[in-house]
This record gives sequence, C-alpha cells and structure tokens, in this order.
Amino acid sequence: MTMGKLPAWAVQRVSRRHEKLIQAVLFLCAALSVLTTGAIILVLLGNAVYAPGARNAFFEQVSLWEFLTGTHWKPVDGPAGRFGIIPLLSGTIMVAVIASLVSVPAGLGAAIYMSEYAAPREREFLKPVLEILAGIPSVVYGFFALKFITPWILKPALGLLGLELGTFNALSAGIVVGIMVTPLIASLSEDVIRSVPRSLREAAYALGSTRFDVSVRVVVPAALSGILAAFLLAFSRAIGETMAVVIAGGQQPIATLNPLRGAQTMTSFMVHASTGDSAADSISRMSIYAIGIALFAITLTINLISGWILRRYREVYQ
Amino acid sequence: MPTLSSGNVPPSVAGVDRDLDMSAHPAAIEARHLDFYYGEHQVLFDVSLTVPERSVTALIGPSGCGKSTFLRTLNRMNDLIEGSRCQGEILVEGQNIMEPAVDVVLLRKHVGMVFQKSTPFPKSIFDNVAYGPRVAGEKNRAVLADLVESCLRKAALWEEVKDRLTTSAMSLSGGQQQRLCIARTLATDPRIILMDEPASALDPASTDRIENLIGELCANYTIVIVTHNMQQASRVSHQTAFFYKGKLIESGPTMKIFTHPSEKKTEDYITGRFG
Repeated sequence: MTMGKLPAWAVQRVSRRHEKLIQAVLFLCAALSVLTTGAIILVLLGNAVYAPGARNAFFEQVSLWEFLTGTHWKPVDGPAGRFGIIPLLSGTIMVAVIASLVSVPAGLGAAIYMSEYAAPREREFLKPVLEILAGIPSVVYGFFALKFITPWILKPALGLLGLELGTFNALSAGIVVGIMVTPLIASLSEDVIRSVPRSLREAAYALGSTRFDVSVRVVVPAALSGILAAFLLAFSRAIGETMAVVIAGGQQPIATLNPLRGAQTMTSFMVHASTGDSAADSISRMSIYAIGIALFAITLTINLISGWILRRYREVYQ
Repeated sequence: MPTLSSGNVPPSVAGVDRDLDMSAHPAAIEARHLDFYYGEHQVLFDVSLTVPERSVTALIGPSGCGKSTFLRTLNRMNDLIEGSRCQGEILVEGQNIMEPAVDVVLLRKHVGMVFQKSTPFPKSIFDNVAYGPRVAGEKNRAVLADLVESCLRKAALWEEVKDRLTTSAMSLSGGQQQRLCIARTLATDPRIILMDEPASALDPASTDRIENLIGELCANYTIVIVTHNMQQASRVSHQTAFFYKGKLIESGPTMKIFTHPSEKKTEDYITGRFG
C-alpha cells in the first residue's frame, strides 16, 4: 500500500533526532552504575577465584576452608603466609558493633527529638548541623579519635578503672565510626517517623499519653521496619568504613574481641596491603581481592536484608 | 423542601429522650465566652454552651463552622496545633481546664475522644484496648484482661473478637476498628467522651451499630458528638447545638431544634436550604 500525501499538520517540521540522542545519553547515565558494579565484581572474581593467564588466583593457592576458618592472618609470600580471615573479621565486627552501640541510641534519640519534641525552628537548625556532621571527611574523624578520644577521654576514663588502653585501639575507632553513622540513622529514622500519620499521634494523645508515651509506644513501633532498615544500613556502612579505622584502630590482625587493643579490620588491611611493596601478582597482593569479595558479600547481604525488612514489615496506612 | 414537623424527624435510638429538658441536670461541661484563633484567623466567636451530665449533645453545622474546633478545645487537643490560641473559660465538672496548672494528660483521660478516621495502633486488639491503662501504669495482666473484656463488651465488639484478641487490630473491618477505638477510649475510664464524626466513614449497618452504642453509653457517660449527618444528630442526641461561621447560633432540646428552632438560620440549615 502506498502512502498518500500527509496533511500539513501531520508532517514533522523539526527534526526529532536529538530526542533519540538525549534518550541514549540518559540511558548511559543510568547504565553507568550498573556497569561499574559489574566491572568491580569481574575484577574481584578475576583475581580471587580464577585468574586468566599464567597468574594464580587467590583461591587457587589458598583453600576456601582455610580462608574462612583460619585464625591467623599473616599475608606474606612463601611458606610462612597464613590467610585466615577470622582476625580481620573479628576486628571488623568489633568496630561495627561498638559503632552500633553508639549510633543506634544516639541516632534514634536524635530522630525522636527532631520529629516529636523539637519546635519547627529547632528542627530547621538541627537537620543541617547533622548533615554537616555527615559531611566531615572520615580521615578527620580518624585523627579526632587518635588525637582526642583515645588520649583525652578513653585513657583517663579507663585508667580510673585500672585498664590499659593501647594508642591504637578498636574502642576509639568504633566510637568514632558510631559518631560518623549517627547522622545516617537520625536522618533515615526521622523520615520514617515523620511518615507515621498524625491521626495516630492524636489518638494516642487523646488517651492520656505523654509525649514520651506517644514516641515510644506508638510512633516508634509504627515506624519500626524503617528504623530497623536504617540500623542495618548504618551497620553495613560501619563495616565498610575505612580511613577512620586505619588511623585510630591500628594494623594488628589479632583474633580477639578485646576492644582495648589494636585491631585490623578488613578495610584497613586492604589499604595497608595496597600501599605495600609486594609484587602485583604475589599471593599477599591477591589476598586483597579475596577480602574485597568477603566485604562485598557481607554488606550486600545486610543491605538486601534491610530492603526485605522494609518491604515485608511496612505498615500500610490508608 | 422538607418542612419542620415532628413527623419528619426520625425515631430516636433506645436510651435517648429528645424532649427531656436537660437544663435542670447538673452540667458536665460549661463553655463560657470562648474565642479561638488559628494564628490571626479567628474561628470561634464568643461560644457559650452547657452540656448536661449523662446525655448526648450533637454539634451540627456546615463544614468550617467551627464545631470540630470547639469539640477539640474540650480536651485541649488544639494545644497540639502550632500557633493556636484560646480565650474564655471551659469548666469540666466545675474546673476551668484552661488554667495552666491543669495537666492535659490527666484531662484527656477524663475527657476521651473518638475520631472520624478509626485509628487503631499497629498492635494487637488486646494491646490497643490496654494501651490507656498501661500508659497510666497498670501492669497486672489479670486486671488488664478484665478491663479489656469489659470495655470490648461495652463497645459491643467482644463477641466478634474474643477468639482473636492477639491478632492485629489492622485486620478488623472499618466498623469494628471504630468500635475498637471506642473500647480503647472507655478503657481510660473517662467521664466524658468526645466524638468527631465517628460514623462518617462507615457503611449504614456499622453506622447503625455506633448510633445504638451511643444510646447505651449515655446512661453512664456524657457524650458530645460532631456530625454532618442531621438525621444522625436527631436520632442520637438529647441536645443539639447549631454552629454557623464560628458562632453558636442556638442550642436546645433536640426535638425543639428540629421542630421549632428559634432562629431562622437554624431552620434554613435543618430544612436543607443551605449547607
């Protein structure tokens, strides 16, 4: 069938080719993060699990079992090398747990204060201040812990109890990471707390509740799924935190849960090893990728759980 | 156009005598010369109204007439609204509740409130009813269980939920949720219950149950109800107060307001000429 002559209104006068171009550029923007994630996974796997060419990947030289259960981390080439992740894992978990002990109460308390207690003007002041706290580079927090928290707060306090504190220790690293993730918890929790309908608060007040009753018995339970998700995101952020831990926590991979000693976390090992002078294809260098995969797996799992909690337990208000 | 005659007024629910002259009854609430402002905007003008004990007072009037605002001054719910201001006196059982020394937390236990939208907490049915007593410090499980049962019975909900007290209150139907909210209010042992359009979001059958419930409750409680539905006002109340543009136009025994109102405005509203 041949097309007849189109009427004037249907004839495109301006070329729309630039529309296609815009669409393509926007698609690339969206694809960039996906491609980056893919590339990172490839690099990690390509060095840890199977390396093309003559090089041997990490897990071709160290068994997965030894990696996961070994209690000694001595990343040197040759027969003396020991590659058990437990010491790094214990350091990481210790720092993240201490960080949570600091940030969960502080962050949730700040969120409740901002949404339930603060006058609008106070909130307008507090929110930006919290965001400033979140914007301070982590290396600054690291020095803050090393030069202030450890010598001026923890040492005298623990000294009174007769406890010895190392210059580098997991406690001050954990505390400072906790301070760092507090704004994250406060901000995310405040968002979900504020989304609890006003009618629910009014109903609670009408039953003779104090502000504290309303916050703790009604608002927080109603927003619990979002708050838990915020806790988990902050925990995963604490696990991934690097610079503050490198500076304040030290570089001693010891399988211990004593926070008064120095500890090496997974991330601080990665920094440490990548600035060392071992050969690029040596096993000590390859171990970075194995640790990277473990770290990636842990944080991904936590993030997926937090997303699942959000979807599964969200209260639906009509 | 309907005319004013007792034949046009629907029968009342059991327990409500609409011809009763309540003026001799002791007052549960006396509002005197009440002015209310949201910021600079005045929404109540010199409102004075007496609510007799153990009776139902209906507040009627077109949207925005101030009836809900007036209701919410009676347990100081408006305190929660930033920039609101109230002048005048409200005596609850003789005590002026506008005095700063009055504890609003205790006041709201004494003067309970049921809202238009049912607002069950995302907790079990039991925990919803037990909320008020728990906030007030009651911890004894047996005492709470008795109280929950008696309040659910008073709210005519016990038979429907007695086998699933531990399930989420969110699983109840709209009408059941609203009766749960009434039971929850009763559990704080109030003397006065304020109801802000408690049935306007419900189907006719559920509305019927709520109205009958009001007839039963007024034997023991003083009830003030805001409603858009004039049929409802005429069915459930002893006394009716008509609000218009922030002013109380008139109040009196329900049968009188619906058949022989003193004010032309009231007559126009009741016969549907505006509103």
